Amino acid sequence: MSQSYDRGTVEDFGRWKEFSAGMWAWIFHKFTGWVLVGYLFTHIAVLSTATQGATTYTQTIRGLEALAIVRVLEVGLLAVAVFHILNGVRLLFVDLGVGLEAQDKSFYASLVLSGAIVVASVPTFVSGAF
Amino acid sequence: MAEHYSSFNRGNTRWFLQRITAVFLIGVLAFHFMLLHFVNHAAEITFLGTQARMSQVGYFGTMIAFLVTATFHGVNGVYNALINQGLEGTQKQAVKWVLVVASLVLVAQGSRTALYMAGIIA
Repeated sequence: MSQSYDRGTVEDFGRWKEFSAGMWAWIFHKFTGWVLVGYLFTHIAVLSTATQGATTYTQTIRGLEALAIVRVLEVGLLAVAVFHILNGVRLLFVDLGVGLEAQDKSFYASLVLSGAIVVASVPTFVSGAF
Repeated sequence: MAEHYSSFNRGNTRWFLQRITAVFLIGVLAFHFMLLHFVNHAAEITFLGTQARMSQVGYFGTMIAFLVTATFHGVNGVYNALINQGLEGTQKQAVKWVLVVASLVLVAQGSRTALYMAGIIA
């Protein structure tokens, strides 16, 4: 079963206090999706240094990983990816009609779990950079 | 209960393919992060290590499938988000073909890079 709702104009961000959990989930999923697809193109561009030889590839990866800002951005990428995965699982269940009554709670759970995973991963991601 | 929002019209082909690729990507993206940040640290990556992984047929095939599905899922998501924002007519056609070409270039370049990484071409 499919229902549609008049959600108004999302660009009218002055309405943000009126947004429901479902609206925030939609906005966050869209934002994280844009970041991930942008990163995919950047990622392939960086990895393409492998076509220039083994040394160029290794030096490029190691040079980038030596920069503290890159490590911080990687933590951001992890946060974006983990939320997109967890909220994506939530969306699959919603589309299957499972847990519809608790979809606001499952959105909050996605946020909390994403935060916990990211915080727990920070030491591994920034190790040796500072 | 919160309302359900989506950029997709449920039931159409693009919606279905987005869900199918999502199921695959959930597992592979998590595996990719685990392998290259926790098992092998990103800062310690070398070409030889990459080549050792990419020389395994199963890993190589998984990474190619990852590239293709991630590109489709990402670009299909962008296309549907733009349609959801009101894109139509000539602009919709133009955006569609720009995204198709960008996807093909990305998959071609990613596959070419994977062949170099596996040592199949040098």
